[in-house]
Amino acid sequence: MDSVFNIDIREHIPNNPLLYQPPSYDSLLYRRKSSTIGSKRRSSSRGRFGSLNSVKSGGSTIKRQDDIEKSLLEERPVRELAKSMKEKRAVRDQRSLKAQDLSDWGQWRQNTRRCLKRLKDNAEDRLSSLKLWRSDIRQIEARFGTGILSYFSFLRFLVVLNLVIFLLMFCFIMLPIIIIPYTSANITQNDQDHGSVCSVYPSSTRLGLVIFHEHITDLLSGGGFLEQTYLFYGFYKVDKIQYPNGTYNLALAYLLATIAYLLVSLIWIVKRSATGFKQNLVKDEDSFQCFCNKIFAGWDFCITNEKVADLKRSSLLYELRTDLEEERIKQEKAKRTRKDKCQIYSLRLVLNVFVMVVLAACFYSIYLATTFSQEQQRKQVKVNFIMDLIHEYLPSIVITLANFLTPLLFSVIINFEDYSPAFEIRFTLIRCVFMRLTSIGVLLFSLWSQITNCGEEPCLCGYNTALYSCWETRVGQEMYKLTVFDFIIIVAVTILVEFPRKLIVTYWKSGLSDWWGEQEFAIPQNVLEIVYGQTICWIGAFYCPVLPAICTIKYFLIFYVKKLSLIQNCRPSTRPFRASSSNFFFLGVLLIGLSLACVPVTVSVAQINSSRACGPFVNYNTSWEALTASVMELPHGAQTFLYALSSEAFAVSFFVVSCLAMFYVIALAGAHKRVISQLKDQLVMGGRDKHFLILKLLQAQRLSQAQPRASGSKSRSRGSPSYHTSFNSDFPEGLLLVHPVPNSSTQV
Amino acid sequence: MGNKQTTFTEEQLEAYQVMLESEEQRLHGRFRELAPHLVPLDYTNNPDVKVPLTLIVTMPELKENPFRERIVETFSEDGQGNLSFNDFVDMFSALCEASPRELKTIYAFKIYDFNRDNFICKEDMDKTLNKLTKGELTAEEVALVCNKAIEEADLDGDSKLSFADFENMISKAPDFLSNFHIRI
Repeated sequence: MDSVFNIDIREHIPNNPLLYQPPSYDSLLYRRKSSTIGSKRRSSSRGRFGSLNSVKSGGSTIKRQDDIEKSLLEERPVRELAKSMKEKRAVRDQRSLKAQDLSDWGQWRQNTRRCLKRLKDNAEDRLSSLKLWRSDIRQIEARFGTGILSYFSFLRFLVVLNLVIFLLMFCFIMLPIIIIPYTSANITQNDQDHGSVCSVYPSSTRLGLVIFHEHITDLLSGGGFLEQTYLFYGFYKVDKIQYPNGTYNLALAYLLATIAYLLVSLIWIVKRSATGFKQNLVKDEDSFQCFCNKIFAGWDFCITNEKVADLKRSSLLYELRTDLEEERIKQEKAKRTRKDKCQIYSLRLVLNVFVMVVLAACFYSIYLATTFSQEQQRKQVKVNFIMDLIHEYLPSIVITLANFLTPLLFSVIINFEDYSPAFEIRFTLIRCVFMRLTSIGVLLFSLWSQITNCGEEPCLCGYNTALYSCWETRVGQEMYKLTVFDFIIIVAVTILVEFPRKLIVTYWKSGLSDWWGEQEFAIPQNVLEIVYGQTICWIGAFYCPVLPAICTIKYFLIFYVKKLSLIQNCRPSTRPFRASSSNFFFLGVLLIGLSLACVPVTVSVAQINSSRACGPFVNYNTSWEALTASVMELPHGAQTFLYALSSEAFAVSFFVVSCLAMFYVIALAGAHKRVISQLKDQLVMGGRDKHFLILKLLQAQRLSQAQPRASGSKSRSRGSPSYHTSFNSDFPEGLLLVHPVPNSSTQV
Repeated sequence: MGNKQTTFTEEQLEAYQVMLESEEQRLHGRFRELAPHLVPLDYTNNPDVKVPLTLIVTMPELKENPFRERIVETFSEDGQGNLSFNDFVDMFSALCEASPRELKTIYAFKIYDFNRDNFICKEDMDKTLNKLTKGELTAEEVALVCNKAIEEADLDGDSKLSFADFENMISKAPDFLSNFHIRI
């Protein structure tokens, strides 16, 4: 009878706590090291194994020294061991004893390592204290949690990004022009069509007696005295600068700086979102684990404020109830009949068409507003100060109105579409993102249709010279106006809507204040606002090189405005935004904005004829020609190389290779998912194996003790103090283990 | 409290090796704040002083935490929640931002294991959930949530969570590291 495989479960086997003991930190390390190092004698770092070591070591003392050195240098610092302070000190003493066995070289190496590590810790501490707004953000985190914190750190990231973009533009475009008077340099401008109608650029500075409010109109609209300044593209009417040392091709620098800032933004955002993406992928497992995550990792241990704690509690409650609700909906969905499905799909179709119609209506109104505004500016109709401003700002006003009303509409519509709550939120967000970013595109499109439309006959200079002697400056002005208006609206809404709302709700108790309620800091809407502003900055930086600096200042001020509003007026949202996924969401929307911003810039650089009257590309047909012209001046080898790069053969093969790489990565991801589920099964099996083996061991032990006592006492004495269980010291069967479990005094 | 400087020997500071020296002194200041009549300024003689649970849970960092008693009990040597300074430092260093994930997982398991049987069983989870929501979920909802949670995390099918199950589940919880830390 094979007693190995048959364990009589009816036998009374005491529940051995060893079976279920959590692994000590040491055994975790052991497991990890055994997979990497192999047969190294790591036990020398554990003091308890001292006696065992001296028995087992048969090798030379030199070999043992090497092993000790290596293990000492590889082991973790004492502070990371999961032991009480007493034990940590004991381990540290033992390590220092071992360290004295080392040679001088080994000791010196160890000491330097320790010193360097401490230096590094100190340096990191100092560096992180230099971060912008560190204390403010900590304050916000403590009171409002990690969701809102991610919004503010996103804002900080944008401030730094805009500053870097501005420095790029400044160093390569503005600085050469600024230092011209200080160095003996000549400007070369080849005016090929000097005197032709294309190169006429009337001055826009106001002459004669200027009324004060006209200055303000100029400041707010970028016209008048601001038009022919560093602010706009039109000022940089310089092709090449001849310095005493060499020639500086400003036109080429302008183009390359534009490409550079787009690339820098792209790389920086992708780098930042890499971590968020990884976490988001893991979060997809969340649908298997949503309850566990909330119970065990749901409470934010940083919370110290009572109100915030109450809020966190209610938001956790809300989340748990939502999840239970989703479970219920899932079960209901499974019960849906065919007829129900048809009904719901047709309803969704109708509503989506309705949404499209609404969006089309918004876009058309933006188009109308832009054309109307451009006409008014052209005709120079001056009614009065306010009306002039409204005419200037009409596109911005319409865009802002549309962006304000459509989210409300979307959140009403989504209720009828019968999606799960999580999907509802995401879908509404996608619609809002689409609305916001496409409205800028529509504005630009309507501007361009105006610029390249000369009436019946084709345009003389490639663009409508009569109306736009310098169309890039005009586009830059529109972007400038959008930025300024955006900033004014954000500040105005905070001051004129949020503060009074807070006052009303606090001091005037009525039905209205109960229904309106306190302001919630809605993270998605706020994020869309600043992504919208950043997209405008990216588009506008080509036409208005100072715009990034303006945006830096704008976001800097918005930080303080939002912080003030948050602390004074808002209560945190009960619909919490998870920190891990929110980073990915913010950067994802920012990437969409960036890709959308690249399109207008690319089209205007490559397709539309550059102005003949202003700007650095006077001598070229399109801005892109500056690059091709410089390439022609390069040595022959480089030329052929660059032409090869831009040929169709290269483009097609590059595309094919990227597709292959993408498919490979997707296949890899799928394979990893399968491996994960297999490993999960293995874990379950491992647990059962462990259970089985220990039961067998106990059985074998009991059988061996049933034999004469003489051999039994020997086994007893082998159970010396260095092998002990950490639980019942009066455990009847002295269990022989290969690696004794260290005593952990935090367990009773 | 006040301007007095706490004294440690060089060796004691070395022994802790946990945080920077400035933080060490600051922690001792906080420890002393809790019970100035018990905790001496001079620690060179390694006095055996323990601050009781009731005083420690009044700390602002722990005051609002629903698991404050369990946390303190886990780090105390006697399991009753009386912390010596060593335990105090241990607690905050294990829960600080720089603490490694494995350490936090081990301590989280110990904290959530209310009856200390090395399993997180249904009763433990019930208690955790009730502490978390201050009893605002109905009993039915609590039972549902606990069932679902055990279903999600239990790998070996014994309808309770062993450490292996817990560790596996926590490694997939993206918010664990950022939520499970205390700033002091």
